[in-house]
Amino acid sequence: MKVTQISVFMENKNGRLAEITKLLASKKISLRAVTIADTADFGILRLIVKEPDRTRDVLLEAGFTARETDVLAVAMEDKPGALADVMELFEKNNVNIEYLYSILAGKGDKADIVFRVEDLERGQILLKQNGYNRPLDL
Amino acid sequence: MIWNAVRESEAPEKRRTRQLADLKDLVARLYNRVPFYKERFDAQGVKPSDIQSLEDIAKIPFTTKDDLRETYPYGLLASGEEEIVEVHTSSGTTGTPVVDAYTQNDMDIWAEVMARCLMMAGAERGDVIQNGYGYGLFTGGLGVHYGAHNIGCNIIPVGGGNTERQLQLMRDFESTVLTCTPSYSLYMTEVAKEMGLEMADLKLKSGIFGAEPWSDNMRREIEEKMYLTAYDIYGLTEIIGPGVSNECSEHNGLHINEDHFYPEIINPETGEVLPDGEKGELVFTTLTKTGTPILRYRTRDITWLERGECACGRNLVRMHRLLGRTDDMMIIRGVNVFPSQIENILMEIEETQPHYQIVIDRGQSHLDDVELRVEVEPQFFSDETKQLERISQKIATAMKNKLGVNLQIKLVEPKSIERSMGKAKRVIDKRTL
Ligand SMILES: [Zn+2]
Repeated sequence: MKVTQISVFMENKNGRLAEITKLLASKKISLRAVTIADTADFGILRLIVKEPDRTRDVLLEAGFTARETDVLAVAMEDKPGALADVMELFEKNNVNIEYLYSILAGKGDKADIVFRVEDLERGQILLKQNGYNRPLDL
Repeated sequence: MIWNAVRESEAPEKRRTRQLADLKDLVARLYNRVPFYKERFDAQGVKPSDIQSLEDIAKIPFTTKDDLRETYPYGLLASGEEEIVEVHTSSGTTGTPVVDAYTQNDMDIWAEVMARCLMMAGAERGDVIQNGYGYGLFTGGLGVHYGAHNIGCNIIPVGGGNTERQLQLMRDFESTVLTCTPSYSLYMTEVAKEMGLEMADLKLKSGIFGAEPWSDNMRREIEEKMYLTAYDIYGLTEIIGPGVSNECSEHNGLHINEDHFYPEIINPETGEVLPDGEKGELVFTTLTKTGTPILRYRTRDITWLERGECACGRNLVRMHRLLGRTDDMMIIRGVNVFPSQIENILMEIEETQPHYQIVIDRGQSHLDDVELRVEVEPQFFSDETKQLERISQKIATAMKNKLGVNLQIKLVEPKSIERSMGKAKRVIDKRTL
């Protein structure tokens, strides 16, 4: 449900992402989700990992600007319309979604989606009330 | 405390009388002994006897940095070579170095004016001065050193660099006064944080910062992070090194040791002398030196002068902290911009720190493209692009409103802008004009 996301500031220059992934690999940190939001000038790498605190420290020590943010990881049926149902739930209840992305290699017939919402508490309660309460398997 | 109250609080008329006597003596000495000056005077049709009042100094030709380079090494020597006891040269990053050759008389002046400066910043006998200015040809380190010995302070001659050791010494020997460049002091606080050292636990009371331009906002940041009072010191190798002027406890400008270094403010374009209070280029005449004294040296530094009694008890003329340099002044699409202005604006924006670099290039449109690189500090980093874009826009708007020019803002990773031990590289100009 509630998970900690690590975000990292990256200048748009060649090899930066490779450096970060190499660094994480060297520290035996495996990625459950990875996505990049980028603009013309910079990018923000977002990660879901098993040990967010350690991952953040590894990144900070290597001189990156990194921070933790709470997000919602929602396990849903892997079938058409599953995402639409959650979106509708949020929309009806005025929970604003800043962004979302999917988690790598969903297991079995479940698909995991990460939501960054404005009002985390509210989003969390809504999901629970509506039966989305399987914890994320990291 | 005042190191030399007789001179630093002297009645203005009495001071002017001695300044004139020293000026006449200096002009006669240089005319007779230094062919460079005799040629300059003769070319202008000026004779030493034309100097009858302090205002007559305006008749004397200026000396520039190029003059110093062309006469390297000893072309401006006014004493016998055997009288020189120490030589310093300025860093020759942009060409032939300039030379300051000191006689024993000049060394005594240096120790005197530096003692005054240190005391203006609160140093007394019993203080432990940690000197983070580089020792060697650079005048910063030894200038502070001689002044500290003159007062009788305990000096720790650590010089620049090796920041962890600096901080350990500061803690173990309970340094009370720190002397270094302002940017290095901020770097120290970053290293202290990494070491787990609390600046608040140290004994520092004063910091004497110079050798590079800095702003009032940067002063506030240093004072907050280092738990000390920051003082601005000014000097240049061509005149004597550090010791030309320093801030006192009132922080209302830097008292110039004007009985030794006679200041003028001129219009940099016409050379005309400007009245007190008007901004222009600072010009110095070293009234009392004997090794390589200099007449009307154009510093290229922009400031203004203010006279009168100061609450600290001194009445030495004050120069405002530097506004910029005539050669650092960037002309961007016809607008004059000083790096210090950009720094001030960044300090006023709550999310940003003054860690920046300006890159000027001439774009395809043949207009000047200016990129302002600002480091993304952990405290303003967000996981949302729109937040970062909002800050970037906020910086751009503030720059446009206050400078009148459009700058392209580029957010960069922290510490990707070089933090130097000595001078920070703030401006990269790629224009080929
Ligand atoms: Zn004063």
